[in-house]
Amino acid sequence: MTQTHADYQLSQLDQLEAESIHIFREVASEFEKPVLLFSGGKDSIVMLRLAEKAFFPAKVPFPLMQVDTGLDFAEVLETRDNWVNRLGVRMIVASVDDAIANGVVVDDGKTSRNRLQIGTLLNAIEEHGFTAAFGGGRRDEEKARAKERVYSHRDDFGQWDPKNQRPELWSLYNGRIHAGEHMRIFPLSNWTELDIWHYIGREGIEIPSIYYAHERDVIKRDGMWLSVSDAVQPRDGETVERKLVRFRTVGDKSLTGSVESEADTIEKIIDEIAVARVTERGATRGDDKFSEAAMEDRKKEGYF
Amino acid sequence: MPEMATTEPHEGRAPMDMLRFATAGSVDDGKSTLIGRLLLDSKAIFEDQLEAVESTSQSKGYSYTDLALLTDGLRSEREQGITIDVAYRYFATPSRKFIIADTPGHIQYTRNMVTGASTADLGLVLVDARHGLTEQSRRHAVLLSLLRVPHLVLAVNKMDLVDWDEKVYEKIHNEFTQFATKLNVPDLEVIPISALQGDNVVNRSENTPWYHGPTLMHHLEHVHVASDRDLQDVRFPVQYVIRPKSDEYHDYRGYAGQVAGGVLKPGDEVVALPSGLPSRIKKIELFDKEIPEAFPPMSVTVHLEDDIDVSRGDMIARPKNAPKPSQDIDAMICWMTNEPLRPRQKLAIKHTTRTGRAMVKDVQYRLDINTLHRDQEAGELGLNEIGRVQLRTTVPLLCDPYSKNRTTGSFILIDEATGVTVGAGMINSGS
Repeated sequence: MTQTHADYQLSQLDQLEAESIHIFREVASEFEKPVLLFSGGKDSIVMLRLAEKAFFPAKVPFPLMQVDTGLDFAEVLETRDNWVNRLGVRMIVASVDDAIANGVVVDDGKTSRNRLQIGTLLNAIEEHGFTAAFGGGRRDEEKARAKERVYSHRDDFGQWDPKNQRPELWSLYNGRIHAGEHMRIFPLSNWTELDIWHYIGREGIEIPSIYYAHERDVIKRDGMWLSVSDAVQPRDGETVERKLVRFRTVGDKSLTGSVESEADTIEKIIDEIAVARVTERGATRGDDKFSEAAMEDRKKEGYF
Repeated sequence: MPEMATTEPHEGRAPMDMLRFATAGSVDDGKSTLIGRLLLDSKAIFEDQLEAVESTSQSKGYSYTDLALLTDGLRSEREQGITIDVAYRYFATPSRKFIIADTPGHIQYTRNMVTGASTADLGLVLVDARHGLTEQSRRHAVLLSLLRVPHLVLAVNKMDLVDWDEKVYEKIHNEFTQFATKLNVPDLEVIPISALQGDNVVNRSENTPWYHGPTLMHHLEHVHVASDRDLQDVRFPVQYVIRPKSDEYHDYRGYAGQVAGGVLKPGDEVVALPSGLPSRIKKIELFDKEIPEAFPPMSVTVHLEDDIDVSRGDMIARPKNAPKPSQDIDAMICWMTNEPLRPRQKLAIKHTTRTGRAMVKDVQYRLDINTLHRDQEAGELGLNEIGRVQLRTTVPLLCDPYSKNRTTGSFILIDEATGVTVGAGMINSGS
């Protein structure tokens, strides 16, 4: 047994954990067919850890689903498989390539893979009849997210209507939906990037190795260090450099930039973030750069 | 990074503590500027966010960087220059993490203020020193008090524009203190500040030698919130029954939930409600560990000695300290939709983990939140109105007065046709 709490004070990480576990149990109780959207990134891993804790010793009572862009880092897929095998949960992969082949989404050569995920995801949710989809979004990430509910209602078309959100009071969540609609659930709403890292450190859980500093061939494009791969080849005037880098977010290889870093442990990563002057999205996500309202627009369309 | 002495080893250097506070005030009171300053000074704003705001300010032809743009999240709001929804913001100091529920101050958005205040430990009301207390600041204080936010701060802003005149501060201080005697405000702090120049926000101002209280940040960091929770009356709403149905855990049956009140320990005599069946706590688990006690707001799994029928929506309490199951509910309701609340109306109700239906029996009075006048002739409640209402529910609620417990004393009302949350209720009593 652990020690008695003399002052009946929960640390803030314990408070966040308790709140998130409450959300998981609430959804599992009230929704017929939930699914956890799992990217293999740090936020979705923390989500999965919280789901594991919420239902232990029973198995997580819903499947995971990943939208496979075909451009995922191998290290991320490896970590994903380790988690899936350890917890014995069902993993559904919704492939963007399949969606293109089946005409669900159209690859016009100009649209990013990240954007094609929207149609692929919405189609998969509809096909499987999922009524609730957990996402790893945090309100500290971006201005549009700051106003989004923990239970975020999506209409028949999977769209978010920011001006018509349900009030959300106390810890009383309203999960009512009509046939064809679904709810996005954000159990990490009140976590910050630093909270996520402190929690990963405290729990000692596995995350993809590319979050830690490592040597990699990179090229500079649009102010970001992109990893050289089948998806990213140097263009005219670009030179390949070998650098010590790490990733602050993990997404589509063609768009996700790395940052120069020597942080090869959780402690060093926390130090680095604590003094960082740029948000994780600003630093490394090409898809949010196009306009200030880029995220809001993608959310309305049904993005994560 | 400065060294932090107060952390426990397993938390690393994460702040140990958390404070949720709700801000109220209009753009004119300098609320956005104040929040911008708190975020900037605690480094919660990043360069790319600041750059985006600077470039927007420039393209709009402003001569200064409009910090309000940092907090106006949605494009439709930016276009209209108003805030239309509750936004949550985050910042941390070495000792505490802060969650701000930033609510718009306009009269039509009472429902947002109520939403933001529902989870707040502290309410921050801004007034403009030049204008003194306004109807709006009184209204904000009334709502915070109605939602039983235990700590209240009145920030008297723009003191630089009244030449740091102590008399101006004193007048507002006295007027507000007198007004607060009509409300439930257990803890009040009145702080003279200039959000624009930073006086008494993070750093103590040289302009207010007559002021001996804390700076705003110092107060936010040190206000004691741990004792606001009810540690006396055991309330454990059962949320989910964990039954692994595996060979290894064949007979496992754990009642999972979040502690809403009191301290639960193995060996405690308990009663399951509404059945009234007695038992004892066999053990309490947190993930894969047994723990010696559980208290709010922990999410745990409780095991009972006896194999009694307990399911979601039930509550575990103590035999001599248990809420009486009630179907007749007397509550203050904040109405949140255009179609008014009227007698005989039927709605869905969610209280703790229990869901049922409710019928409106009577609208006893509508509360004018500006004058505190009770209008007994109202007969109905419109959008953003608050009143005292009697409900009859199909299932008994295991409830406490909201003044005693904000979790077991609150409920939401849902329109059964649209599925939308249309009302928020705070229970006076059940019978």
